[in-house]
Amino acid sequence: MKRVVITGAGTVNPLGHSVAETCAAMRDGFCGIGPLEIRDVARLQIRIGGQVKGFEAEGRFTRQQITLYDRFTQFTLVAAREAIAQSGLTFEGKLAARAGVVLGTAGGGVSTWDDNYRAVYAEGKNRVHPFVVPRLMNNAAAAHVSMEWNLKGPSYSVSSACASSNHAMAQAAMMIRSGMVLAMVTGGSDSMLCFGGVKAWEGLRVMSRDACRPFSANRDGMVQGEGAGIFVFEEYEHARARGAEILCEVAGFAMSSDASDIVMPSREGAARAMAGALADARLDSADVGYINAHGTGTAANDKTECAAVADVFGAHAERLMISSTKSMHGHLIGGTGAVELLACIMALRDGVIAPTIGYEQPDPDCALDVVPNVARDANVTVALSNAFAFGGMNAVIALRKI
Amino acid sequence: MSVKDQVIAIIAEQALLDPQDVTLDSTLESLGIDSMGVVESIFAIEEAFDITVPFNANAPQESDFDITSVASIIDGIERLRVQQAPA
Repeated sequence: MKRVVITGAGTVNPLGHSVAETCAAMRDGFCGIGPLEIRDVARLQIRIGGQVKGFEAEGRFTRQQITLYDRFTQFTLVAAREAIAQSGLTFEGKLAARAGVVLGTAGGGVSTWDDNYRAVYAEGKNRVHPFVVPRLMNNAAAAHVSMEWNLKGPSYSVSSACASSNHAMAQAAMMIRSGMVLAMVTGGSDSMLCFGGVKAWEGLRVMSRDACRPFSANRDGMVQGEGAGIFVFEEYEHARARGAEILCEVAGFAMSSDASDIVMPSREGAARAMAGALADARLDSADVGYINAHGTGTAANDKTECAAVADVFGAHAERLMISSTKSMHGHLIGGTGAVELLACIMALRDGVIAPTIGYEQPDPDCALDVVPNVARDANVTVALSNAFAFGGMNAVIALRKI
Repeated sequence: MSVKDQVIAIIAEQALLDPQDVTLDSTLESLGIDSMGVVESIFAIEEAFDITVPFNANAPQESDFDITSVASIIDGIERLRVQQAPA
């Protein structure tokens, strides 16, 4: 079985338009959540979100590209450019045929749906732009990455709500491990911060009106964000042979299903995913220094996740650090696991643990070291990234320093 | 239909019960309505009475709307209808 390493990373998210900006913001405990600036916000009850600011399509893309790129695709392409540039790979010849793209997204082109439903239903128009379908389809972002960088191997999108990008990255790692491919561009993206997207979430009554405060006793819900995290996963010997800078190893991963409830999380399902990732990586639970939590800030997730961590790690649960960076960037839905993987890479490479900001009151049901409010220096050799989605679909990735 | 009868009809539908089996002192819990059922019931109440119910499923006890029993829900609706009546 081949080993898998990460040789490139890129992102656009509410904390920054690059990995460097994002990590700096995470170190500073910067909050990227603020008042939503979207059309018809006055008709929403939930008026905050982690919006990507200062990101205008005009100037970045041509007019023709803009007609084809929904915002989730735009984020993906900018993040992919950063990741592929860092990797130093050029996809030509045999490498092109043995490299592909697998990306997670929950919603795909939600704002394209929203704009065009508005046009035909609210504004009574009887005609839409010819590229509505290729713009909104869930695989649009993956398709444009494959076209832009000549990736000719397996490419597709994966959709498992809030675990989409972790499932996608697990898929990418499996393909490299098996020898099917040499490199994969992977991660995920979502952009649902439009009127219809926020209205749908509002209906579920799990959104906070003022802040995302994971693990804090006074938490009152999640806050939605938007953005993309994109990585280059590469077969270890291939990366080493060309002298590439290796960010870390994808040591293992696991996926599990709760098979119980469409929205309520399961302690047992989450625990099986974490324990499975450790077993897959042949790691001992005591090796784990940091967990980037799913940590949505809902009453149900945070206590269930902490209980699952206690089940898997036993006494070591008290010693490891676990933080939720959603407190800073919000919940990026299908893109969230990818952006959160950056916090794991920062822990391994820079020895900096991103904090859980907005932490105000201890909760006895979340009595772990949640790295409250202030980043911390620590030497970590193994980090886990958790994603537990609606539908009871869980995917956990284990990264190791190399 | 009175507010009481409408609320009982909504709750009974959610609990898959006959309206006769839902009384003023029934609690949602005793009727077997789970957290998703509560959210659906509140949506049905908002639609039926054209009101907005301040309810966050993360902190039901802190919401300014008491969902403990059928009677407390009716009280809450009466109060919101006064507060939210068009000027």
